[in-house]
Amino acid sequence: MTDPTDLTKLSAAELAAKIHAREVTSAEVTRAHLDRIAAVDDHVHAFLHVDREGALAAAEAVDADLAAGRAPASPLAGVPLALKDVFTTKGIPTTCGSRTLEDWVPPYDATVTRRLREAGVVILGKTNMDEFAMGSSTENSAFGPTHNPWDHARIPGGSGGGSSASLAAFEAPLAIGTDTGGSIRQPGAVTGTVGVKPTYGGVSRYGLVAFSSSLDQGGPCARTVLDAALLHEVIGGHDPMDSTSIDAPVPPVVEAAREGARGDLSGMRIGVVSEFRGEGYQPGVLRSFEAAVDQLRALGAEVVEVSCPHFTYALPAYYLIAPSEASSNLARFDAMRYGLRVSDDGTHSAEEVMSLTREAGFGPEVKRRIMLGTYALSSGYYDAYYGSAQQVRTLIIRDFDAAFEQVDVLVSPTTPTTAFKIGERVDDPLAMYLADLCTIPSDLAGNAALSVPCGLSDEDGLPVGLQVMAPALADDRLYKVAAAYEGARDATAGSLVHQVPELNGAAR
Amino acid sequence: MTTVVELMDYAEVVERFDPVLGLEVHVELSTATKMFCGCPNLFGGEPNTHVCPTCLGLPGALPVVNGKAVESAVRIGLALNCAIAPWCRFARKNYFYPDMPKNFQTSQYDEPIAFDGHLDVVLDDGEVVRIGIERAHMEEDTGKSLHVGGATGRIHGAEHSLLDYNRAGVPLIEIVTKPVTGMGARAPEVARAYVTALRDLLRAMDVSDVRMDQGSLRCDANVSLMPKGGTEFGTRTETKNVNSLRSVERAVRYEMTRHAAILADGGSIRQETRHFQEADGTTSAGRTKETAEDYRYFPEPDLVPIAPSKEWVEQLRTTLPELPWERRKRIQQEWNLTDEELRDLVNTGAADLVAATVDAGAEPGEARSWWVQFLTQQANTREVELAELAITPAQVATVIGLVKQGELTNKLAREVVQGVLDGEGEPGEVIERRGLKVVSDDSALITAVDEALAAQPDVVEKIRGGKVQAAGAIVGAVMKATKGQADAKRVRELIMERCQ
Repeated sequence: MTDPTDLTKLSAAELAAKIHAREVTSAEVTRAHLDRIAAVDDHVHAFLHVDREGALAAAEAVDADLAAGRAPASPLAGVPLALKDVFTTKGIPTTCGSRTLEDWVPPYDATVTRRLREAGVVILGKTNMDEFAMGSSTENSAFGPTHNPWDHARIPGGSGGGSSASLAAFEAPLAIGTDTGGSIRQPGAVTGTVGVKPTYGGVSRYGLVAFSSSLDQGGPCARTVLDAALLHEVIGGHDPMDSTSIDAPVPPVVEAAREGARGDLSGMRIGVVSEFRGEGYQPGVLRSFEAAVDQLRALGAEVVEVSCPHFTYALPAYYLIAPSEASSNLARFDAMRYGLRVSDDGTHSAEEVMSLTREAGFGPEVKRRIMLGTYALSSGYYDAYYGSAQQVRTLIIRDFDAAFEQVDVLVSPTTPTTAFKIGERVDDPLAMYLADLCTIPSDLAGNAALSVPCGLSDEDGLPVGLQVMAPALADDRLYKVAAAYEGARDATAGSLVHQVPELNGAAR
Repeated sequence: MTTVVELMDYAEVVERFDPVLGLEVHVELSTATKMFCGCPNLFGGEPNTHVCPTCLGLPGALPVVNGKAVESAVRIGLALNCAIAPWCRFARKNYFYPDMPKNFQTSQYDEPIAFDGHLDVVLDDGEVVRIGIERAHMEEDTGKSLHVGGATGRIHGAEHSLLDYNRAGVPLIEIVTKPVTGMGARAPEVARAYVTALRDLLRAMDVSDVRMDQGSLRCDANVSLMPKGGTEFGTRTETKNVNSLRSVERAVRYEMTRHAAILADGGSIRQETRHFQEADGTTSAGRTKETAEDYRYFPEPDLVPIAPSKEWVEQLRTTLPELPWERRKRIQQEWNLTDEELRDLVNTGAADLVAATVDAGAEPGEARSWWVQFLTQQANTREVELAELAITPAQVATVIGLVKQGELTNKLAREVVQGVLDGEGEPGEVIERRGLKVVSDDSALITAVDEALAAQPDVVEKIRGGKVQAAGAIVGAVMKATKGQADAKRVRELIMERCQ
């Protein structure tokens, strides 16, 4: 018998190999993770809903298939996964971290959910998030914050804090996040895990509850680059249900990750974004980043300094575009068809029921952004705000285009600081917004980006992320560079994620 | 609330004011599926049965454009002599309303697919008026609210409301005219003629059911007045969802007389939406637009832009059918009608219907007499326009064919048509249900003839004595006995045989 605590420490690729070789069953692996969740999630609060029965049934189905001699449905068949609570799951609650959807059970599966199920990936449950994916700390969840497994007093990043924390807490070997302004990469960076924002349109948005349609992008979260690549291939690819889905094959990301793991980056040109260092950046973060750049050079890459002058305006542009779209996307939460309804006592008009429900159902950050977006789109202000922001977006795309004429990928720190303390920035939204400073340009441009752990800050011992950015549809470059770097770093300093302090709850 | 308005005499209205019209027509396309999802595009049905996550606006659901609807939009644009945008987008029109699932309508705003066209409209006296078309754009329909328990059927005062989203997401084309000026006293007539011409065109193109009674064609009439000889448009009112051709004319006329009375009295017109009352031909105030609504339009990020290629547009141009007015010219020649005869045909609204009936296989003479006589009479008794009768030219052609084959007598045929008009189904179904087939079985007729002969021995004597015309009495009796389902000619033959 395999020791179940060991199973939670393995990578998805290792688990898949064992399951497919029938050394261990998917049900055993699943049960090990469910037990781990039961043991530690009171402290981490990565999950909003655990689907114990559904997960075990899915695992047993995979086991039965393998026992019958059938080939695994995918390279990840039988491996458990934590799904951000922003994807619809038929028969399983989908709350988006909001009171508004507290009791909502969707009647349909998101395309990502469907692809996971068809691939035999076992969905353990739904992970905590900032309400409607708005935030950088997972403190905006209506159901309470998630804690960073590295330090329970700190945030796990946002909005996908639940997904990344579940990986760092060994509650799941794989997770799915969504990135609108950095919500996959930023939590990845501060929890010491890998997070990938694929090219916009590379993973279907059908069934992803929209925050900002032109920015939202689902993507893989994992503890290793290879695991992320394997998951990327399961969920990626064209979906006729999503008009913005790219009708092209998924870039060969698994192949690229395996190639990168051989540790040779010669011939690769890497640009360091000069705008993303210096003032406002935590010195320990910059030191880790510089060490990573040296490591890339040592792997044979040619490293050059690249300027993207308009990246400075990315944050303000983002905080006009994203709230504008959000104000419209969230209009459907009006108590008429599903979700929360208050004051339906016969004394209120339809308009009052809508208004009172929205007042009760949305948290302060969501309301703030709805107000911002409503204002930015209103006639008389549209050109000054939304229109200008779209122009800035075009300038940022041009910066990327110019940079990618010189280099294959760009790198920067993923976040300016390590994980901050819970509560530290709650009353200062502008300080909170800075957490996504480095991740936002790739979202505005719609190209691909990834965060891979690059050591611990020497000041506070907390994880730092290295961000790699690639042109649209060149997602494979991210995996090659990140896998090469990951291999070299682990060889010298050991796997970062296995340095997570033992959780208090684990001893219980 | 309600103020009783003294209306100005119409002759005085047009003496003192120049009316300006703006007509917005919404057309539901008869595509197989909805605008942005695969749900069936069907009228009616049990509430909320033709719905899916997308047309219900459920969290996470996304739209995908219906290619057939875009094709129809381009064809309509071409038929209206519009330019077709080489690149256009959908936009979101944001406002809260319970029957709108997403609380924004996916529509087109500053980038319509078709713009800057015209439609030539023939008035009753043959005069042709060119109406400028501002734009034709694509959008989706909303659901329907049923407000229960109130006096007016409107939301205010209702005890509760029921929502049916079957119609939500049905593809719509909105066709907007440029301001129609200089029509003087004929403005109401022009409004009706325009909507009629548009309806005939859309029907000929087979892109919509164009049923005003079912809301698949809806007209909003904007009316304003300016002092005679003026150039600055007055404040307009928008009379919403006028649902028959006759009502379009009445609503425009009513608004002209109402505006004139207020203006002449030194008052000012409030910009507002109004509702037309069929019963007395008046309008009443709806929503007041005191402050302009802010729909916060912005490009729909869930949909990629539409870029109809030149080649595709030209290919679609070749699919345009013979347009109604072209067809009229053709039938005039083919049927050898004088201008006056054609105009009569057009004025009764029968020309296109007759032509379509001929196209469906009927003889021109038969088709003409059916529409101009019996069906016109039916339209009058039912108080609808001829074209609004619930019968299609194809159905009329079928009935004519059955008469020709001896399956129906003329009398039975009229009853069949009545049945179709009453909504009893296709002609075949009406014949079946009402048992209207001609009795062509001789044995049944012989029995009836023998019975009639036995009942009137004196008549038999007369016939045998050479008074052949006396047979009429027996024919009548047989027809009565067979409830009119016998072929009178055959009955007469049988009588003659039996009396020899």
